[in-house]
Amino acid sequence: MPTPLALLTGWLDRQLDGPAAEWLRGRLAHLAGAHGDRDLYVAVGLVPRKLGKADLALTGDDLGAAHAARKGWDPTGWSVDQAARLALLLTASHRGEAFFEAFHQLWRTADVGEQISFYRGLPLLPEPARHLWRATDGCRTNIKAVFESIAHRNPYPAEHFDEVAWNQMCLKALFVGAPLHPIQGLDARHNGPLARMMTDYAFERWAASRPVSWELWRCVGPHPDDRCLIALERAIQQHEDSLTAGAAALACATSHAPAATALLAHASNDTRKAIEAGTLTWAALCARAGA
Amino acid sequence: MMFIDPHIHMNARTTDDYEAMAAAGVVAVIEPAFWLGQPRTSVDTYIDYLSTLVGWERFRASQFGIRHYCTIGLNSKEANNEALAEAVMEILPRFATKEGVVAIGEIGYDEQTALEDKYFRAQLELARELEMMVMIHTPHRDKTKGTRRSMDVCLEHGLDPRMVVIDHNNEETVKETLDRGFWAAFTLYPQTKMGSERMVDVVRRFGTERIFIDSSADWGKSDPLAVPKTGRLMLARGIPAADVHKVCYGNALACYGQSGQFDEKDWLAPAPIDQRVLYEGNSVLRGQAPRVDEGPAGDSPVEAMREEDLLIV
Repeated sequence: MPTPLALLTGWLDRQLDGPAAEWLRGRLAHLAGAHGDRDLYVAVGLVPRKLGKADLALTGDDLGAAHAARKGWDPTGWSVDQAARLALLLTASHRGEAFFEAFHQLWRTADVGEQISFYRGLPLLPEPARHLWRATDGCRTNIKAVFESIAHRNPYPAEHFDEVAWNQMCLKALFVGAPLHPIQGLDARHNGPLARMMTDYAFERWAASRPVSWELWRCVGPHPDDRCLIALERAIQQHEDSLTAGAAALACATSHAPAATALLAHASNDTRKAIEAGTLTWAALCARAGA
Repeated sequence: MMFIDPHIHMNARTTDDYEAMAAAGVVAVIEPAFWLGQPRTSVDTYIDYLSTLVGWERFRASQFGIRHYCTIGLNSKEANNEALAEAVMEILPRFATKEGVVAIGEIGYDEQTALEDKYFRAQLELARELEMMVMIHTPHRDKTKGTRRSMDVCLEHGLDPRMVVIDHNNEETVKETLDRGFWAAFTLYPQTKMGSERMVDVVRRFGTERIFIDSSADWGKSDPLAVPKTGRLMLARGIPAADVHKVCYGNALACYGQSGQFDEKDWLAPAPIDQRVLYEGNSVLRGQAPRVDEGPAGDSPVEAMREEDLLIV
């Protein structure tokens, strides 16, 4: 089975034109041997100037190969420069500790595009647990695209974040306007404190007459305390065609808490039927939301 | 009318400024690395500052629909701290190649000391190595000599004058700058640099070839609307619109476009990846109603100004 590095270089080779592909091959060959820190810094920095920033053209088979090479790896939405930067890092990583130090320096001086590449590459790098602080620190960013490079389509947080970091990431997603459904492990890592935080947030938003994300109820259903139940009841009774009512009903239906499933009595007949028929799913709601 | 402000220190400006600039038609800015009004004492704060220029400030500008570019360099004032300067020279190559870095700058002379000269030259060599443009800060004091010397040294190091911008020109320096083939930038900055009436006269006397204007607005008393205001004043004084366009937009675009990092498409038709990363319009403004995108020509506050409000003296 091809390694992630082999996949990346294969995709890039297929897409890049002559001089660009040649430049990248030359840099990869150089970094595969003995090299200095500056060689890595300059190569990583020059990538967009040399290769451009086009979207990485991937087929369904490519995505399947990515997942097979590294469980959870989802390069959907990657660009050429991001893939190339990661290929350079993976190639240079044979230097062991010297690589980690150089990578630390690269991270210190990374621009927005580089930060996104590095965070997206987290699960592919050697010894990924060493970058845990970087990943949690990256979640503190105010730059939405950087935040999403960690939170979305990335197996790293679910694998490495402790509960505090995980919950903060999920809640922050709502604050920066990032959807929840691209977060890998969202259903597997539900927990009581997260349900409470999401519920408090919903009450805050209601008090301020601001809209509440319909996705939030997905994190509330599995662990409904009394206050969560009050919130779910309120949400489920919103206009029956609304995403919120559907999401709250679905959260109740999939909950193992009897008090939550009992709230389904407040849902419309159509909603209940759709849940029973299996047509009201999180994926269906996302499709309706256009997300 | 669209404007480019090719020299402004947005790091020191407020969100009100960004809003006013966007409303006045400013579509792109270049933020040269400079000092912060007081000297930095370590390379670490320098790293954080340069990171801001290539990261946070670019993003902040994009929230207002303005594209942000920068230049990277060790400024002349801080070149006089030799230990700091040595350490900064070590890290400059890591920043110079970042996306949106259009030149090495602003570099040059302040007091024209030996250390300033040493690091000015070292950075010209770096620009040559990385095939980059250069933005020159000309000194406030002993200006005419300092400007001439800056150009002499650039040529001595084999730079093509078409790849070098001489900034902060005035009536005394512009002729030589143009005659020697460099780009001549003018800074509309109250009290110490150019005034807008004087700028109208400069355009009348010297034309519009290789001339453009900027605000250099920073943490001092300065005006982030200097470019649109001066453009408007030029129109009011009868300068043809095509010439105003060149001085306030077209020439800066042609000049820094040579870097390969400064492209009109970035703001007129941004690539999808760029829109996802660095051109989010106003969607991320926390808690505020999104500004209806009325386009660059919208309700410019400068359009409504009386002529005396356009004056920068």
